[in-house]
Amino acid sequence: MHLTRRETLAMSGAAALLALLPKGAFAKTSDEWIAEFTGGADLADSGLDLTAPEIAENGNTVPIEVSAPGATEILVLATGNPTPGVATFSFGPLAGSQYASTRIRLAGTQDVVAIAKLADGSFARASRTVKVTIGGCGG
Amino acid sequence: MISRRDFLQVSMAASALYGAGGFGNWARLAAQQALTQDQLLQFDTFGNVSLIHVTDIHAQLKPIWFREPSVNIGVGGNKGAVPHVTGADFRKLYGIDDGSPSAYALTCTDFASLAREYGKVGGLDRVATVINAIRADRPDAILLDGGDTWHGSMTCHKTAGQDMVNVMNALKPDAMTFHWEFTLGSARVQEIVQGLPFAALGQNIFDAEWDEPAELFKPYRFFERGGVKVAVIGQAFPYMPIANPGWMFPEYSFGIRDEHMQKMVDEVRGQGAELVVCLSHNGFDVDKKMAGIVTGIDVILSGHTHDALPEPVLVGETIIVASGSNGKFVSRVDLDVRDGRMMGFRHKLIPVFSDVIAPDPQVATLIDEQRAPYKAELEQVIGTTDDLLYRRGNFNGSWDDLICDALLSERDADIAMSPGVRWGPSLIPGDPITREDIWNVTSMSYGKAYRSEMTGEFIKVILEDVADNIFNPDPYYQQGGDMVRIGGMGYRIDIRKPQGSRISDMTLLGTGERIDPAKSYVVAGWASVNEGTEGPQIWDVVERHIARLGIVKLPENTSVTVTGA
Repeated sequence: MHLTRRETLAMSGAAALLALLPKGAFAKTSDEWIAEFTGGADLADSGLDLTAPEIAENGNTVPIEVSAPGATEILVLATGNPTPGVATFSFGPLAGSQYASTRIRLAGTQDVVAIAKLADGSFARASRTVKVTIGGCGG
Repeated sequence: MISRRDFLQVSMAASALYGAGGFGNWARLAAQQALTQDQLLQFDTFGNVSLIHVTDIHAQLKPIWFREPSVNIGVGGNKGAVPHVTGADFRKLYGIDDGSPSAYALTCTDFASLAREYGKVGGLDRVATVINAIRADRPDAILLDGGDTWHGSMTCHKTAGQDMVNVMNALKPDAMTFHWEFTLGSARVQEIVQGLPFAALGQNIFDAEWDEPAELFKPYRFFERGGVKVAVIGQAFPYMPIANPGWMFPEYSFGIRDEHMQKMVDEVRGQGAELVVCLSHNGFDVDKKMAGIVTGIDVILSGHTHDALPEPVLVGETIIVASGSNGKFVSRVDLDVRDGRMMGFRHKLIPVFSDVIAPDPQVATLIDEQRAPYKAELEQVIGTTDDLLYRRGNFNGSWDDLICDALLSERDADIAMSPGVRWGPSLIPGDPITREDIWNVTSMSYGKAYRSEMTGEFIKVILEDVADNIFNPDPYYQQGGDMVRIGGMGYRIDIRKPQGSRISDMTLLGTGERIDPAKSYVVAGWASVNEGTEGPQIWDVVERHIARLGIVKLPENTSVTVTGA
């Protein structure tokens, strides 16, 4: 049986727990977010896939996906937003996969950054530039 | 041991020689007054599979003039690389003689005089003759249409694409992908696609709400040809809702989605595909980058950026074929597929010289039937041009100069903006300008000419935004059009700079006054992607202007100063 994502979502709740990050009384910078999440540990370039469009079709709702086999947590940052923190996805030991997708709002062209905490306690980083454009002159 | 890449390079060398046989000879043949249909179609059938590629026809049913660009700047890793080579440099690169038929077909130099010598190009009745000739050699050749087919003329606009659907169906394509088709609106696109007698493909056409593949458009189709299992994967224009009005097709999302392309390639290989062809509307530089990221594609048939190249470009083990636009060229690619792999190819970019290639009588009749209800309207002469009217070029074209002049005078504006599209045939000095000619360079489903106030600061934001869509050094951020054309204002552009600092010295041409970021200016333009745009249709604005002028004369446009090229 082949299930579309629509059917899968309808059938069961997602395995990942999504914590929407509150707007803090003071906005932390991206570097502060990363330092807090990793404790200053080194960041590997592999082990985490971040999928995002190169150019957003609508900056108000940009689909992104993160996937990091074995991860316990994945932090997502929109580095160019007034408040960069977007979400932290936590994966429990029973999670079938360490994958999450959501839609985020981007204030303008910027790098979206994801940091994964892997099972062995190491960290991986991925980044994609998403362009937000007024568009209109394609030929 | 000889690697497959070596095989392909041998094919490249052979193709270059073969191209010289087909192309270089034309000069001599023409000198002998012997440019014939047989020579244009001559091809020693090769291997076991043939592909026929047409793309970006833009609803041009009849023969036209089409001048290739003189300015087509490459950036980043594509600086100086094809297709960003024009004029004499292009002729030198491919060994094409000045004044030869191939110089006329592929470059811009001496266009008007060569046009008079060699005649018009294209016409789908001539394209039909070329396709039939290839099918006579190889009856099971696969005909693939790269899209931008159901847009670009009065008859196409007034029939919502039906004229093109009728004529293309007569050519019997095997598959198609899409771009401007979606500007007919999703309801009409769905209606046509549901009745198409061939595959409508796009691995990157997704349901916008659920971000999963759209049901109506399949990612790929298999063909059994010459004992070979061939997979054709479609790739629609990635930036449809950005470059064109997304509100006309809100159910769909696009994007390059190269990771999904890889998945599709792996899937078709897993199902036994021995040859993987990508029918693409990415644009050439995007295809080049994608070929370096996605592994397992043998042939990319490239569309969107309207480039015509007499040889494929080899990236890794993938060949990329660019087949021009407006019905001016047909590409034939013969492939040798053995033991589940492409081991060699032979390629010819066939120029459709309308006076040399005989029209197919059945398709000619069918075309005339589509045009019959509109014949009087189409043929009405509005004025005459003293100058060459063309569109292609990164910063301006004389057609757009005329359109901007029309907007400035008919809409009483300080500044005019015309979109940097690449479609639209040319006219040569002395030609009458018919209503059809005006529609050929303006017709679209969102053609209303707006008139609004914009601050100097906002005008700069627009120019910077569009410039980055062309000159971003990463092809994945390029949308494949040209710079928005500006009337009434000049500027300087340094294409090497990042977005936000390319544009400077914005000046009103009339007074020489510097644009003030805080001041508001009256701007007239057309082709806004915003819903609810109001104003007269652009073709009516241009027609009134030309009727008033009678004879069109355009001074050379020197309003844009380009540095960093």
